[in-house]
Amino acid sequence: MSEHVDPTAPLKGEVSKKTERQLAREMRNQIITFVFMVFLVALSFLGIASEAIPNGFAIPFSLLIAAVMVVIQLYYFMHLKDKGTYWPNVFIWTGIFIAAPTVASLMLLLGVVKY
Amino acid sequence: MADTQSQVHQETEMIPDHPEKVTLEGKNKFLGFWFFLGGETVLFASLIGTYLGLRGGTADGPGATDLFHLPLVFVMTMILLTSSLTSVFAVSAMHKGNMKGVLTWMWITVLLGATFLGFEIYEFYEYVHEGLGFTTSAFSGAFYTLVGTHGAHVAFGIGWILTLLIRYRNTGLTLTNAPKFYTAILYWHFIDVVWVFIFTVVYLLGIGG
Repeated sequence: MSEHVDPTAPLKGEVSKKTERQLAREMRNQIITFVFMVFLVALSFLGIASEAIPNGFAIPFSLLIAAVMVVIQLYYFMHLKDKGTYWPNVFIWTGIFIAAPTVASLMLLLGVVKY
Repeated sequence: MADTQSQVHQETEMIPDHPEKVTLEGKNKFLGFWFFLGGETVLFASLIGTYLGLRGGTADGPGATDLFHLPLVFVMTMILLTSSLTSVFAVSAMHKGNMKGVLTWMWITVLLGATFLGFEIYEFYEYVHEGLGFTTSAFSGAFYTLVGTHGAHVAFGIGWILTLLIRYRNTGLTLTNAPKFYTAILYWHFIDVVWVFIFTVVYLLGIGG
């Protein structure tokens, strides 16, 4: 077949019933994910704002929540859990793998050694 | 290769499951963009690390507890999180072949983004009036650089998405513009990912000690 698809032609037609069902399910999951994330953010803020909760607990707790939220964002909202995302996963985790020691070393170099 | 092309051709009456990844260009954009996001992670890590290292150095200027207001940051976080959800809806509309849905959800995303940016500008304006200039202290320099870089990303994202919205306002969904919207949406989610860390590390830790 030498015919080419014109990439600038408007796409017409419908999605398959299977895809439609899949998208509906995905949408439901993403709304649940969103509600869960709102809950996590609220928890994180309340932990810091509340006088009853000691900051020694609230700070690591909100850092943990941040880590959980980022993973949820990457895998559910940005579709990293889908098939065909091997290399995107490699790229982003390489970034995180370098980011973590970067933060740690800058904190030590600037914050501790300085004084 | 020829096989997939003929397949696409035969199914012209069907919307492909992933219109953003049908063409080679679309696949390359998808891959290249994730590579870019990996690099952005390290950029923001350097700024966060610098901020954490310098946040104690307030000199004689105001510090975190004098400045930050949790309710404002909470509202900003909710706005950005909601804009992340509306761009998820845009991707869902794209996968249904519904360009009108893509455009509508992206307009809402841009409006939420602009609201967020407005709050951030207001916030900086307030801080400057409370005596926190860029060169006031090590803390202020690191703070403005980190949060300002994030704000610049938001501003760039708004400009990017607006350009797409205007350029493709009545072309319909095509194999050319699907990857363009998809990468812009990935960028937008990434801005939210970075904000999650900023509100925790800068604002919550700033108030919490």
